[in-house]
Amino acid sequence: MSQDLGLWTVPLAVIGGAIRVSTPFLFVSLGETITERAGRINLGLEGTLVFGAMAAYATAVVTGSPWAGVAAAGLAGAGFGLLHGVICSLPRVNDVAVGIALMLFGVGVAFFFGKPFIQPSAPPLPAIPFGFWSDLPQVQAALRVNVLFLAGAALSVALWWAFRHTKAGLMIRVAGDSAEAARAMGYDVTRVRVLATMAGGVLAGIGGAYLSLYYPGSWNEGISSGQGLMAVALVIFARWNPLACFGAALLFGGAGALGPALQSVGVSSGYYLFYAAPYVLTLGLLVATSSPDRALAGAPGELGLSR
Amino acid sequence: MVADAAPSGMTVAATQRSPTIRVLAWLACRAEAVAIPLGAVLAGLALFSLFLLALGKSPAALVDLVWRGGFGSAFAWQNSLQRAAPLLFAALCVALPARLGLVVIGGEGAIVLGGLAAAVAAPPLSGLPAPLVVAAMALAGMLAGAAWIGAVGALKAYRGVDATIASLLMSYIAIALANHLIEGPLRDPTSLNKPSTLPVGEANMLGPMPGLGVHWGLGAGILACLLAWLLMERTTLGFAARIAGGNVRAAQIQGLPVRHLVVGFTALGGACAALAGFFEVAAVQGTANATLASGYGFTGILIAFLARHNPLAIPPVALALGGLEASSGLIQRRMQLPDATILVLEGLLFLCLLVGETAYGRFKIFSPHLWASAKARTA
Repeated sequence: MSQDLGLWTVPLAVIGGAIRVSTPFLFVSLGETITERAGRINLGLEGTLVFGAMAAYATAVVTGSPWAGVAAAGLAGAGFGLLHGVICSLPRVNDVAVGIALMLFGVGVAFFFGKPFIQPSAPPLPAIPFGFWSDLPQVQAALRVNVLFLAGAALSVALWWAFRHTKAGLMIRVAGDSAEAARAMGYDVTRVRVLATMAGGVLAGIGGAYLSLYYPGSWNEGISSGQGLMAVALVIFARWNPLACFGAALLFGGAGALGPALQSVGVSSGYYLFYAAPYVLTLGLLVATSSPDRALAGAPGELGLSR
Repeated sequence: MVADAAPSGMTVAATQRSPTIRVLAWLACRAEAVAIPLGAVLAGLALFSLFLLALGKSPAALVDLVWRGGFGSAFAWQNSLQRAAPLLFAALCVALPARLGLVVIGGEGAIVLGGLAAAVAAPPLSGLPAPLVVAAMALAGMLAGAAWIGAVGALKAYRGVDATIASLLMSYIAIALANHLIEGPLRDPTSLNKPSTLPVGEANMLGPMPGLGVHWGLGAGILACLLAWLLMERTTLGFAARIAGGNVRAAQIQGLPVRHLVVGFTALGGACAALAGFFEVAAVQGTANATLASGYGFTGILIAFLARHNPLAIPPVALALGGLEASSGLIQRRMQLPDATILVLEGLLFLCLLVGETAYGRFKIFSPHLWASAKARTA
């Protein structure tokens, strides 16, 4: 079969890969959007992602249920978010630096407790075969869509709507745009920000669960190489808009799938360079969308990045 | 008491007049910068002890092993100093841009590219005298590192791209690029199991420092810290950088070349990180391979923050962390703890240190005014 498709395997694999690889990007970037909209940056989501991957895998191995793993990852993410939120609420503490510290801490703790779980295999998360209509195994493989991807897509729409139309969404936006205004309206800015950081942590943890329980579907120490951080850059590119996050995540997923897709058709010489494609893409988009003189359009006013 | 001459109530005048009071006030100020990080480190160690106790391991045994593995013997000292050498350079790559308010966390990429450029520079010059070749290697490495991290600074200065994220992305790109070159075009065909570049040649390798048994990276690293301190504290450039780091607007109004300062300090930081890679190649490995990316850049971030970006504080902190990492193997074997134990401890220390930031100015005992006015009142 694969001979019939020839070079068509590459775009097909990239599309399938975009769906498969984008899910962690999607969850982390949605989480970071909530946090940044409330006025804080959490660079520690990389650590949360890795710890979530470990927690989910370990829980799934022990309980036999992948969904218990997802819940554990979300819970762990909430814990990391709470830690970041509370520490950053202290006066004179820099949220970017705390994020870097939590990134190193989260990765360290994940490696520490994850050692015994590198060998055993955990039950994977279920996927829905949307490619059932095709006889081509490549098409079927590309269109096997994981439940979490669909949940993430639904969540991006829900968040987009919630930011506009709900009281909680308004509260987060006000806290992020002007702490003074939020206080004048009677909101407790610190509490809103801590809760928003926790929500971001939950989503990043779930993104990690996807990594270890579906794709690549195992726990090891190289499971995430900066995906949590790329997602933070992706939020800037998506202009803090949950719907744009969905599109951006697909784009990043496609870039990440390019290397493996080319390798599958025998192009292996520049493997490492294709592997770097998502980082180059992220950097390129950051350069193209940043500006030296004015704050980024759509950026929350209280955000350190835009000041 | 010299302070007796000062009339009570005139605290400002007293601070200006009396040398004793000036010294006391100065000491109080400096003591705060030492006492708060030390307190944070102690808190981190206490938390880590609780963590170990919860796992049924003995913190005392760990301290004993860190002592024996890091500082207990001449061999342990050698090992710790050897590990501290690249950390000095990696920490400077964070501390120099920090003066301008930039948080650069991508030093790892400059280390890898610096090492690679140094290794690549040697084979074509094989006929020349060794000192020339070594100098060319160092220069090539520094240029590569300066260009890489300087680019991060330029992106910040001219495009407003966040330096933290950009530097980390750049470091992933650098590592991928180096892997590609080392396993592809620049690979020594005879390096079978461990892809490496062509060896730089035995004659071009740096020997140990006399009497220490540690390679010259240590001496050069300490020298670099001293020079960085001089640059930051004793030159107009360093002063200008501090103003620009404090308030960009004010610096621009003063006519300071903020953009040039940003590019210059980041490039300098990159050149420093690259020297870590150069010494790994020229004094340890003899060739560039994947071991260049072994996490020095990330430990360097922690060291720079622990040293509060003061270059003179970097060597002792780097030595402490070098000793900690040197004892990692012993801890793994004797206590059946995973190698990530040190990572957990480092993460905890980092967090406690940042929480400690909130304590500055909270303790009256460190306030210079307290000392000045107290002395004046006793008069």
